[in-house]
Amino acid sequence: MNIALMAALLFAALLAGFRPAAAAERLVASLTNHRVMITSNYTGVELVLFGTVESDGASPMRSGPFDIVATVTGPRESLRMRRKTRVLGIWVNTQAHTFVDPPSYLAVVSSRPLDSIAGAETQRRLQLGIADMPLPELINNDIGEVANDPFRAALVRLMRERGLYNEEPNGVTFLTPTLFRAAIALPASVPTGNYSVDVKLFAEGNMIARTDSAFQIVKVGFEQFVVEAAREHGLLYGFATALMAVATGWIASVAFRRD
Amino acid sequence: MQIFLPIADIPVNIFLVLAMGLAVGFISGTFGIGGGFLMTPFLIFIGVQPAVAVASVTTHVAASSFSGAVAYWRRNAIDMTLALTLLAGGIFGSAGGVALFTWLRAVDQLDLAIGLSYVTLLGIVGLLMVGEGARAIVRTYQGKPPVLRRPGSHAWFLGLPLKLRFKRSKIYASAIPVLAIGFIIGFLGAVMGIGGGFLLVPLLIYLLRVPTATVIGTSMVLTFLTMVSATVLHAATNHLVDAVLALILMVGGVVGAQFGARAGQRIRSEWLRLLLGLLVLAVGSRFAFQLVLRPEDLYSIRIIEGGP
Repeated sequence: MNIALMAALLFAALLAGFRPAAAAERLVASLTNHRVMITSNYTGVELVLFGTVESDGASPMRSGPFDIVATVTGPRESLRMRRKTRVLGIWVNTQAHTFVDPPSYLAVVSSRPLDSIAGAETQRRLQLGIADMPLPELINNDIGEVANDPFRAALVRLMRERGLYNEEPNGVTFLTPTLFRAAIALPASVPTGNYSVDVKLFAEGNMIARTDSAFQIVKVGFEQFVVEAAREHGLLYGFATALMAVATGWIASVAFRRD
Repeated sequence: MQIFLPIADIPVNIFLVLAMGLAVGFISGTFGIGGGFLMTPFLIFIGVQPAVAVASVTTHVAASSFSGAVAYWRRNAIDMTLALTLLAGGIFGSAGGVALFTWLRAVDQLDLAIGLSYVTLLGIVGLLMVGEGARAIVRTYQGKPPVLRRPGSHAWFLGLPLKLRFKRSKIYASAIPVLAIGFIIGFLGAVMGIGGGFLLVPLLIYLLRVPTATVIGTSMVLTFLTMVSATVLHAATNHLVDAVLALILMVGGVVGAQFGARAGQRIRSEWLRLLLGLLVLAVGSRFAFQLVLRPEDLYSIRIIEGGP
């Protein structure tokens, strides 16, 4: 057997092996709203992601069943995880790990539990679940992952308790075999900023198409005015608040004067 | 009714915050204190970040102490010389306190330092007040006349150089202990996020022998001046003052303070001292439990502004 033949066979094998991954389907998805406005009566909101699986026109489309995994990532912000231990009878923060730019919001919404959608290896490679999401730490001026870190587990647990990290294994509903919708719950405590939505289409345990979308959470109106004033003109804002305090105190003492 | 706080970044029930302002205002009016040591823990409890709570409470305390100070000004019950001398020491104390606050925060020990200083200070001050108030009450019941000016009112530190005459308070004393008290109040106020009225009033009464007629009015003027400067400082450096939160708090606070002041005039002063002492002890023991009991969660998160 010569080398050319071997190469040809190998190429054919590769082609056969990769055929399911060759895109015969296209994923189209959009959000109901690309700007979430925070006003004075904001108490959280639910965004709806909807989309459809269609043929790319080149090759016939498989009949399914399809699975969807949508990952919503919020703005990134560094933080410190502290752990208390007992020292001389009182509880003191004795250890701390610094996490470099973990997402401040992370939701993984899927049509079925991740384990039923893809194998462990695929999940790891595509960083599908929260468990597979890289959360790098600062280790002696170096940035890297720490294996089996209890601080990482505590971070994920605390963020879950606050509703900021979330896995919804039944959050995506297929209305028809190709049309789906997903609800993304944003609690009131979500930070403002840019959010990205990464939508992956799975069939037979493999990712076959991918698309993304994005939205923004912004403060508008009076809230925006206050935040901008506080950030951009801190001193002026301070004097204005102090004046407000004096005025309120004065009005009260005049209104309640009885002598 | 829910309202979104722009700087604190959370929604709160407006009536809950208003009621908290009223309650703390009533207490501050009754005892002639700012009420920061009650309001700051309340806000943290309903979910406001500690830093925003401390900064916004300074504005609230500024408003309630101003309305109180105006009332005492009309009754001519303020010693401005004493207030300004205390303020001079207080400015340096605040600067030192802010520096320590920043350092403690960076090494993750701010909560511990706040807890320990609350326990120590509130414990000592509360016990002293309760003891003194109880003794005074017993004396009244036994029919003995109340001691107006206790013996030994010429402590050694009042005789130090730099003598000043504080006319309204009818005392002639060295400026050094007055500046030192101002420094301590400013320092502790910055670290603990309190106006310091509950500390200042007993210090003025027991150490400087300031008569009760001017002590509360003077303390309110000092509280107002330090809290106004703290508001401006917090707003200009950390952008942590939530004006919406502060406004709701102060509206409740000033109204509550007016009713509190009237209640305070009806209660005998020894009972007032006993009640304030018990309140101070209660807050102190809450912090003590927090330090000693195993926390619900050993882990906590602190967001680092501007990266690691």
